[in-house]
Amino acid sequence: MQLVARDELCSGCRTCELLCALSKLKENNYKKAAIRIRGQFPDPGRYFVVVCDQCGVCAEVCPEGCIEEVDGAYRIDKERCTGCGECVEACPSDAMFTHPSRTAPIKCDACGECVAYCSRKVLAIQE
Amino acid sequence: MLYGYGGHVLRLNLSDRSVKIEPLSEELVRDYVGGRGFVAKVLYDEVPRGADPLGEENVVAIAPGPLSGTFLPCPNKVAFGAKSPATGGYGDSIMGGHFAAELKHAGFDLVVIKGRSEEPCVIVIDDDEVRIEDGKKYWGKGSMQTEKMLKEDLGEDFQIATIGPAGEKMVYFACITHDFGRQAGRTGVGAVLGSKNIKAIAVRGSKGFPIYDPEGVIKKGQEMYDAVFAKPGFEKWTPYGTADIVNWVNEVGSFPTKNFWTGYYEEYKKINGVALRESVWTLDKGCFACPIPCGKYSKATFRGKEVRVEGPEYETIALVGSNCLIDDIEEVAYANYVLDELGLDTISGGNVIAFALECIEKGIITKDQVEGKDLKFGDLESFVWLAEKIAAREGIGDLLAQGVKTAAAKLGQGSEKFAIHVKGLEVSGYEPRYAPATLLAYMTCDVGAHHNRAWAITYDVAVGREKKEGKAAKVIELQHVRPLLDCLGICRFPWIEIGFELDWYAEIWPLVTGQDKTWEDLLKDSERIWNLTRAFSAREIEGFGIDYDQPPARFYEEDVPTGPIAGNRITKETLDALLKEYYELRGWNEKGLPTAEKLRELKLDFVVEDLY
Repeated sequence: MQLVARDELCSGCRTCELLCALSKLKENNYKKAAIRIRGQFPDPGRYFVVVCDQCGVCAEVCPEGCIEEVDGAYRIDKERCTGCGECVEACPSDAMFTHPSRTAPIKCDACGECVAYCSRKVLAIQE
Repeated sequence: MLYGYGGHVLRLNLSDRSVKIEPLSEELVRDYVGGRGFVAKVLYDEVPRGADPLGEENVVAIAPGPLSGTFLPCPNKVAFGAKSPATGGYGDSIMGGHFAAELKHAGFDLVVIKGRSEEPCVIVIDDDEVRIEDGKKYWGKGSMQTEKMLKEDLGEDFQIATIGPAGEKMVYFACITHDFGRQAGRTGVGAVLGSKNIKAIAVRGSKGFPIYDPEGVIKKGQEMYDAVFAKPGFEKWTPYGTADIVNWVNEVGSFPTKNFWTGYYEEYKKINGVALRESVWTLDKGCFACPIPCGKYSKATFRGKEVRVEGPEYETIALVGSNCLIDDIEEVAYANYVLDELGLDTISGGNVIAFALECIEKGIITKDQVEGKDLKFGDLESFVWLAEKIAAREGIGDLLAQGVKTAAAKLGQGSEKFAIHVKGLEVSGYEPRYAPATLLAYMTCDVGAHHNRAWAITYDVAVGREKKEGKAAKVIELQHVRPLLDCLGICRFPWIEIGFELDWYAEIWPLVTGQDKTWEDLLKDSERIWNLTRAFSAREIEGFGIDYDQPPARFYEEDVPTGPIAGNRITKETLDALLKEYYELRGWNEKGLPTAEKLRELKLDFVVEDLY
């Protein structure tokens, strides 16, 4: 199970970022989201969705063994995470995000909360 | 705790390079809401009387609103304000994009900038770490080129507002550009940044901000998005954005054409929304948390040069397209790029260039004054030549850079009659000659002739163009509602364009802020702010009042010559009567100034002693 994106449709509005942090953490802070929209402007003039594809590399490199696949998505055990940053470095999609106020990185667990509110229908959950 | 607010005010003085962070005052929140309201109060309190708009004493105030950056459709507006070089009075301009949300995430509801930097600088706001950095390497660069360079230098996750060469040269209609195509276009706020040697402001915030009831906001926000998705306009309007309205505006004879000579353009289909979508569009580009992205990112080529631009949106199509008789959407898009990169407002820019072309056609500007060039309407080369001269303030461009009011005053020979402005701010894209509410809205708009404050053309057409009854009251109603959205920091398009109900904002307001103010209370705040900006201009401009609420003579002396409303105009007597009614309904005196009684009713006692 993973969140997939059709980047070419993305308008860059970042509702997904905002709703992600709000629904997961009840915080109005998109800098704690597990998804990021990056723009490339002025040329070619489009957006790219950066999000975890559940490849599992993070789990392989975690020295604490605190990233595990549960219900089809890799999840971080925040209690055990030391914030060493190995997974952030290793992520092939650059989709392990950090925030100054948090020890553990933030990653997508494919909950799909963002999907319905993406007005451009960029996002979908793939089983 | 203040919910819905970052909670802090950032104060910079570029003359002594000081940076201060203060808590946001609860009193300011109570009476002025945020956004434009904060800007108005700060300018009133802190711009010294008689300050030169382009001098060290002027103040720049920047403010997102309490609903900016949170989960509801289109919470993305930030107000930039200063004493306006275009009008000499109160000036602000409202910008979309991602800047408002980012400032709030950095903890700021208001940024106040004073003084003047000796050298070009870039203001970098990185949460609480605020730096005034050397900006010399960016000076002279285009608006979007500067943004790209700063993204590379500082990081992609900074939100950046820049000025172009026109701002550096303090052109009276220089704009601020952000997100490669969003502007605070009006009233010359870009020139004020230029006068302070500020090339750009970059912000990055990681803190977020508290909201009163997060669960409630999620639920209500989701309902609001669902309601937007259910509107027919969600599917129908969005592909074309603001350009969608070209056909309708032309059909009702209000499409400014050839320097507002008429309101009907035969070639409109070459520059309408369909033309845009089919020939230059490449991407729907949205502001923060916007489900109906009106930004149409485009590609245009001219004389072998390929450019990318966000737009053209309706106002640009009207002022640069029909108003300059440029009948090709790709050429309009290219002109849009030229103005954006130079840092010129496309509304005033198109208007000023159309004025210049009419002056040239009539021999008021001579061939010698334009270096022997054969400049004419409908010619993109002519347009670009004039735009570049204006931005560089070279030759005739130096005169035009001061806007049509000043240019006409110097050129004379009857050019004042077709200098299309009110208060020194050029009229935006709706020909108002046979639309009394629209024209009254331009006449009485606090910053000069800007459609943002009361867009009444659809109302004029719906209730009857001839009709006068109720129109003054409607203009006042709009002048409170629309600027309230600019206080809250939200975009008006869901409401205006696809019929999303304003009640939704009233419903989410307490969930975000925890305040028990009603929508009516907020509208009263908006009226307070309107009266305060009026008082600011009255304090700063000798003789301000009714004489400054007058439209250009073309609008009441010349019938609309062509199109569906040919042969019509509104008489001066009608306009005088409408203005009189407007003043009475507002509780203003016959000179157009708020009475002491009205000011006290609005808790503006401190204004009374300045005006009386």
